[in-house]
Amino acid sequence: MKPFTYERAGSPAEAAAAAARRPEAKFIAGGTNLLDLMKLQIETPAHLIDVNGLKLDTIEPTQEGGLRIGALVRNTDLAADERVRRDYGVLSRALLAGASGQLRNRATTAGNLLQRTRCPYFYDTNMACNKRRPGSGCSAIGGINRQHAVVGASEACIATHPSDMAVAMRVLDASIETVKPQGATRTISIAELHRLPGDTPNVETVLEAGELITAVTLPRPVGGSQQYRKVRDRASYAFALVSVAAIVQPDGSGRVALGGVAHKPWRLDAADAEMPRGAKAVAGKLFADAKPTEHNAFKLPLAERALASVLADARG
Amino acid sequence: MAKLHVSTTINGEPQEFLCDAEQSMLDVLRGPLGLTGAKEGCGTGDCGACTITLNGRIVCSCLMLAAEAEGQEIGTIEGMAGEELHPLQQKFLESAALQCGICTPGVLMAAKALLEKNPDPTEHEVRFWLAGNLCRCTGYDKIIRAVMDTAADMRAAR
Repeated sequence: MKPFTYERAGSPAEAAAAAARRPEAKFIAGGTNLLDLMKLQIETPAHLIDVNGLKLDTIEPTQEGGLRIGALVRNTDLAADERVRRDYGVLSRALLAGASGQLRNRATTAGNLLQRTRCPYFYDTNMACNKRRPGSGCSAIGGINRQHAVVGASEACIATHPSDMAVAMRVLDASIETVKPQGATRTISIAELHRLPGDTPNVETVLEAGELITAVTLPRPVGGSQQYRKVRDRASYAFALVSVAAIVQPDGSGRVALGGVAHKPWRLDAADAEMPRGAKAVAGKLFADAKPTEHNAFKLPLAERALASVLADARG
Repeated sequence: MAKLHVSTTINGEPQEFLCDAEQSMLDVLRGPLGLTGAKEGCGTGDCGACTITLNGRIVCSCLMLAAEAEGQEIGTIEGMAGEELHPLQQKFLESAALQCGICTPGVLMAAKALLEKNPDPTEHEVRFWLAGNLCRCTGYDKIIRAVMDTAADMRAAR
C-alpha cells in the first residue's frame, strides 16, 4: 500500500469538512473493496477519512411509509432487519447472495453501492484499462470477456457493476441522500446514481469529489412476490454472471432489474411494461440494444431463462 | 509519518499499540502483538484465513486497518480455548478436520460464531456460513461434519 494519512470523523459535517480540506481524500467505512484496491495500488488515496464513527447505522421508518437506511448499516444487519425481510424481500435475498459472512459483517450500505468492477483487466495493473488509467485502452474488448457487459457498454469499457444489493435497490426505486463538502445535501435516485461508461468509464457515479452518502431511502412497500435469482460459476461466494431482481404482482404486472449485464443495474420502463407477457417479451426489451461479445452472448438466453424461472416461482 | 496510537481490547484484555496508517489489523496482530494464529492467505478478503471477531462478529482482519480497532473489541483464535480446548478445537483434532492447518484458525472462529448464533444448524446452514473460509486440502466434508458433530455434542451437554 502507498503510505497515506488517516483521520476519524465524528459526524457527517466533520466528514464533509475534512473532505473539503483534503480533496485528494477518500472515505473509508467497511473497507472491503477500498483496502483490497489500495493493496494492489489501483486506489492510491493520500488521505483516508474514517467515517465508521458517524452513527449513520440505524434503519428508521419514513413519514411516507418507507425506510431510511443509514449509510453505515452493515449488509448483515440490513439483510436481517425484520421490516426489510417482510416488505422488501428482494433486498434481503440480494444481500445474502453476495460475498461471505465476514464481508457482509463489515460492508456498508453506501459502500456496497460504490463498489468498483471486478473486471480482471481493471484488477491487473499491467493491462490497459480506461477505468483505471483513462486513455490507456480496454484490454477486455477483444480479451476474455465472458463476464462482461452485454448492454449499455461503450468502445472504452465493457465492465459490469458487481453489486447484488444495488440491483435490488434499483428494482425498489431507492434514493440516495448525500452531503457535499461545503455542507449542501441532495437526493439522487438510484437510477441516476451510476453512470454508463461512455468515454469516461473512470467516472462511475454522479457523486462529486468529497460527496458523502448519508442514507439510502426506500419508498413505501409495493408488495408482490419479490425474488432475487443469481446465476454464477459456483454455488456461493462468486459474482453474478447474470442476476434477476423482480417484483411480481398477482395480476402479472411488475418490475425487473438485471445484474451482471451492464455498467449499472439494468432496468427499463419498456421492459417492466412487458411483465404480463412473460420473460421472452421482457428480455426482448431489456436487450433491444444489446451488443454481446464473442464470449458473453450466452448471457442473453441465460438472463431470459433466469427471469422465466423467477416468474414461474412468483406464480407459485 | 507519526505513528497512530490505538487503544483496544483483545480477547478481553485492554491493549494499546502504535501503528502506521497503512498497517492492517492482521499486520499488527501477527507482528508487534505476536498473535500469529490468524493467517494471511490472500490478503484480499477471499480466503478467510485471517478471520477474527470485531465486537463479536467475524471479519477479515486483512481488510481492516489497525487504526480502526480504536475503542473496539477484538477476538482472535488465541482467545478461543480456556483451561481446555474449545469443543470445536477438540472435535477438529479428533476427526482430523484439517490437513495443512492454514485455514483452521479462521474456520474455527467462523464456526464458533455460527454455533453461538445457531446451536442447531443444518448442513446447508453450515456450508453457507463457512462460505468465506477457503480450504484447499480437505474438500470441506470433514470440516462440515466436525462442526455438525460439535453442535450436537454441545446441545447434548446442556
